[in-house]
Amino acid sequence: MTFPNEYLGMPVKVGELDHENREFYSYCAKHDLHLQKCNDCDLLRYPATTACPFCSSPDATWTSVEGKGTLYSYGEVHHAIQGAFRKHTPYMLLLVELDTQKGQPGEFDGIRMTSNLVTAEGELAPPELVKQVGIGTRLKIIYKDVDENVSIPLFAIDEDAEQPEKPWRYAIE
Amino acid sequence: MVQQADIDASSNKYLRGKYAIVGVGETGYVRGSGRTTKALGTEAVRNAMQDAGLKAGDVDGMLSYSFNDSTFSPTVAGELGIRPNFYMDVYGGGSSIEALIGIAIGVIEAGMCKTVAIYRAMNGYSQVRIGGTGGKGAVAPLSGESIFTRGYGLMSAGQMFCQSFMRHMYDYGTTPEQVAAVKAIHSEHASNNPKAYYNKRVSVEDVINSRMIVKPLHLLDCCVETDNGVAIIVTSIDRAKDCKHPPAVIQSVVGRCCKPRADMHYQSGPISTVAGHYGKQILWPNAGLGPEDVDVTGSYDAFTFTTMLQLEDYGFCEKGEGGDYVSNGTMRLGGARPNNTSGGHLCEGYTHGINMVIENVRQLRHDVDDFCPVGADGKRQHTYDYSEGGCRQVKNVEVTANLGWATPGQGSAMIMAKN
Repeated sequence: MTFPNEYLGMPVKVGELDHENREFYSYCAKHDLHLQKCNDCDLLRYPATTACPFCSSPDATWTSVEGKGTLYSYGEVHHAIQGAFRKHTPYMLLLVELDTQKGQPGEFDGIRMTSNLVTAEGELAPPELVKQVGIGTRLKIIYKDVDENVSIPLFAIDEDAEQPEKPWRYAIE
Repeated sequence: MVQQADIDASSNKYLRGKYAIVGVGETGYVRGSGRTTKALGTEAVRNAMQDAGLKAGDVDGMLSYSFNDSTFSPTVAGELGIRPNFYMDVYGGGSSIEALIGIAIGVIEAGMCKTVAIYRAMNGYSQVRIGGTGGKGAVAPLSGESIFTRGYGLMSAGQMFCQSFMRHMYDYGTTPEQVAAVKAIHSEHASNNPKAYYNKRVSVEDVINSRMIVKPLHLLDCCVETDNGVAIIVTSIDRAKDCKHPPAVIQSVVGRCCKPRADMHYQSGPISTVAGHYGKQILWPNAGLGPEDVDVTGSYDAFTFTTMLQLEDYGFCEKGEGGDYVSNGTMRLGGARPNNTSGGHLCEGYTHGINMVIENVRQLRHDVDDFCPVGADGKRQHTYDYSEGGCRQVKNVEVTANLGWATPGQGSAMIMAKN
């Protein structure tokens, strides 16, 4: 298997000392989302951290998590500032709330992953697809491989899920 | 398990009324200063010293903040003949000034120095553009932590905050037109400010019709980028008595107060709630005042939305009613509680917060630099005619609030009162 060793023309180098992120992206490379689960308070967390944001414990176990969730909020970039994204506008900045651990530890808390909307093939979504997605849209994780140790987690519309009749979108298209 | 939200953050209150801002200084707000940040910082601090009636020997402390895009305190101090007994240059932009005022009070209280000049000098348009180009960082390799930011084209302030703004519209039915009123109102104020970079009035329709940058932010929902130096001087209330102008007395300060999950605030609570929700638990008890006591606000307007979210979470209206508050005329000159009477970051110039503090100091002195005629005593004869090219002094200002924004998850605040 050959790898592109970059993403959208951007080189990717996860630091050798950054053990937590190396582990997170290595599970992504296996297309098997894992998050750290605290050994003391049993809560999962995102992004990868060196201690538990809920109880300060240093001890955690990488745990398989289903990569499905609902769009919690979004932005839609029409004026890109990074060269890598200029030819992809408008592109969608997603905040995806995973089904796993929704409403924990507080009623309004959740595991919310930043990402982009992509096609089922993992390409940044074209404008007509962007217009179909809003708060409430059901999404599933898709991976774009960079090298044997890193894949970028992205989200696409979950075609198998029941979708809201009309996901909430900003008033002006 | 103690929830992060439940931690008691109130602090000692005995410094209320003990310290004041005695001097304010600015360069022009321009694009293309043609000068170094050293020259801008030096001029701003010198102007603040002259405003206060202080000489180099009277200032023995210095603080600055920047994104490593400025000139540090020892250089500016040295060029002005100031010998600091204390100085510190901190990293950061918005939300720094109120925090640094608190630090200045703390170091004076600790006996480390007596009078502190605080400045921000930046060529925010002609050199390092905070929101514009992404700079060198935009092309550096993606690291473990930047895959989930830059790797997703999530880099500028607008790109990082838009999720909170959008969710507020979803949670509370806030409309684009309500939020656009912030720009329209600040542009009215700026039209009465000879220093403002954008001094033309714009309408809600102008904002809505300007091109989309990152939904829900149109171009005119975003602040201006400018080159400028700005400075203030903080000292004890006793020393303030010897200065040229009546002191703006500091009642309460909140410094870089954070939401839970300061590492990535999206994880915690409703993201349409911002740091002010926590900051208000320090701000009001320590000031001994409430939102109803405030005559003028300076709510940080990096974007139209930031003004709204902070006013709401500091309690100037009920949660969720910010859209109505910012569009019903309350915060317009002549309204019940004007906001950013200089035009703020949306119109006057971008300083990471100091110019809004300067404006409120001048409001408390009853000496705002508008288009009103100057009388024989050297002070402006304010007309309270707020039409274009007129007055921007608010009548009978007793108490002001500054609400500083860094991110949805981090903010600062300060209450000042007339002596």
